[in-house]
Amino acid sequence: MESQISNLESQTPVLKSPFAPSVMEAIDPSHLIVFRDVSKFYGEILGVNRVNLTIAPGITSLVGPNGSGKTTLMNLMTGLIQPTRGEIRVLGVVPDDPQSMFRFVGYCGQFDSFPRGMSGYEFIYSFLLVQGHPKKEAEAMTWRAIERVDLVEAAHRKVAGYSKGMRQRIRLAQSIAHDPAVIILDEPLNGLDPMARDETKRLFRQLAKDGLHLIISSHILHELEEMSDTIVLINNGYILAEGGVSSVREEKMEEHPMQIMIRCDRPAEFASRIFASDSVVEAQLHEDKHGLFVKTRNADAFYMLLNRMVAENGFNVEAVAPVDDNLNAVYHYLIGSGGGGQA
Amino acid sequence: MSSLVEAAAKPATTELQWGLWWRQVRAILRMEVKKNFWGKRALLIYVFASIPVLLMFLLTFADPDSAADITKNWAAAQEVFANIFEALILRTMVFFGCAWIFMNLFRGEVVDKSLHYYFLSSLRREVLVAGKYFSGLVTSVILFSLTTGGSLFFLYLARDYPANVNFLFDGPGLKQCLVYLGVTILGCIGYGAVFMFIGLFFRNPIIPALLVYGWEWLNFLLPPVLKKISIVHYLHTLAPVPMNEGPLATVVEATSPWLAVPSLLIFTAIVLALAAVKIRKYEISYGTE
Repeated sequence: MESQISNLESQTPVLKSPFAPSVMEAIDPSHLIVFRDVSKFYGEILGVNRVNLTIAPGITSLVGPNGSGKTTLMNLMTGLIQPTRGEIRVLGVVPDDPQSMFRFVGYCGQFDSFPRGMSGYEFIYSFLLVQGHPKKEAEAMTWRAIERVDLVEAAHRKVAGYSKGMRQRIRLAQSIAHDPAVIILDEPLNGLDPMARDETKRLFRQLAKDGLHLIISSHILHELEEMSDTIVLINNGYILAEGGVSSVREEKMEEHPMQIMIRCDRPAEFASRIFASDSVVEAQLHEDKHGLFVKTRNADAFYMLLNRMVAENGFNVEAVAPVDDNLNAVYHYLIGSGGGGQA
Repeated sequence: MSSLVEAAAKPATTELQWGLWWRQVRAILRMEVKKNFWGKRALLIYVFASIPVLLMFLLTFADPDSAADITKNWAAAQEVFANIFEALILRTMVFFGCAWIFMNLFRGEVVDKSLHYYFLSSLRREVLVAGKYFSGLVTSVILFSLTTGGSLFFLYLARDYPANVNFLFDGPGLKQCLVYLGVTILGCIGYGAVFMFIGLFFRNPIIPALLVYGWEWLNFLLPPVLKKISIVHYLHTLAPVPMNEGPLATVVEATSPWLAVPSLLIFTAIVLALAAVKIRKYEISYGTE
């Protein structure tokens, strides 16, 4: 295992935060989620290792294959498990003080299980009472949460009779019922139909806009990309990259030049002219002969060149689109598994 | 948001904290007692708790001879009841009933994968231990007090009227009944703490529960010092008509109720404190259960 770890360490790129260090320092630490040199071992099995992470408000997505350590990170953040080493602070509070922490943290975990014999309403209401809310207040909070996930009609039905999507929604409602400032969601879109997915994503965006922290793990990369302000790529217990999709993509530009598809007339002539530029690594004609793929290590310089070419040589450019400036490509380059919609 | 977090981090006054904890214990009680009484698992415990009552009923009514014996020889009948109470009700029904109820408080939730909802609530884990323990206690005390009370009811019903009523209200009957109920409740208090602790510490609590069972049953053979490290010893001492433990039993000076009751309560408090310490570092890992 040690050799595996050292091998992985050598692969670990320099991390880049979406915020400049000075900006991160300027944010009050009581508004950040901070992991300092956190490791978790399950006996001899590595959960996560040497995690240094600072999460600012907004939507942060944890991305990685199964068993990469996403859930371990979430469980550490919420005190369900204790770190073997290191320190975690969630908005300045340590996770082993649940009474303080869960006043402003909500966690919707992966377990599709519920206390026996409860209706959706009872499930949320009972745990609000357990948190110490007075009955009237708990009642109002329960209905507000149920309305948010659109389960009013099914509220008094037993959870055992719910569909998978309904169970997912009621768990989401339970995790947000106490109006937390930090919401941690492990695969929150699993089992939801397309309409419920859209509604839920809209809800997440709204919550993020309100200044909340949302930490989401999912396997559906394109959905994460749509929603996320920051992505954290994790594999084999190590954080591989952290930042906005574009900034992480830029990090890998030297190793994996960016591929841009250009639809234009006279693609062969276009290719021959641009190939002289230093910014272009490779140019390849499209199969249909109506365009070409260009690989560049400096996208900005290439776009300048493209403008000049069009102006000076009169090319008719119909479309310009980066092919691999997305989370799927970043995932593929950093983690190595095949792309597709799912990781 | 910051005000919310600041409010969360701000230490509340002790008085407010106690008020909050009391509300939380009540909320846990409400949820758990309902689960204990109405869940599918409750059915087994109902059947279990009704066995001694059924036995007493059969003994007194299905067999007219034994009913006549009870009427004729009340002292002997009381001794028979003392044996039934200690051997069947206390050492079997209360013991295994408490094992089932209290071990399931945490272990059952781990099996159902629902314990994390408590752990993800704004709730001190020590308060969770207290809430769960009291919910188990309420359940077991109600159930097994009914078992003891029901058994006594049939014992008294078998004796002819008005001798039974006279013995109950003008003789030592009422006091005896109350002591039997008290011993049942103390059994629930002591065994409850032990089994909740076992349920928290062991992934498979059956083996330690059986070891405790063996220790409690063999208690009469143990030397005096070891004898005192058991719950049944104190309960036996407190019983109004102690069961005859047989010729092999080690003779020990009876512990006074003034020592036996506080000893049991102190023992329970220690076990609960250990459970509270344990739960602070308890990690949820359903996958490995």
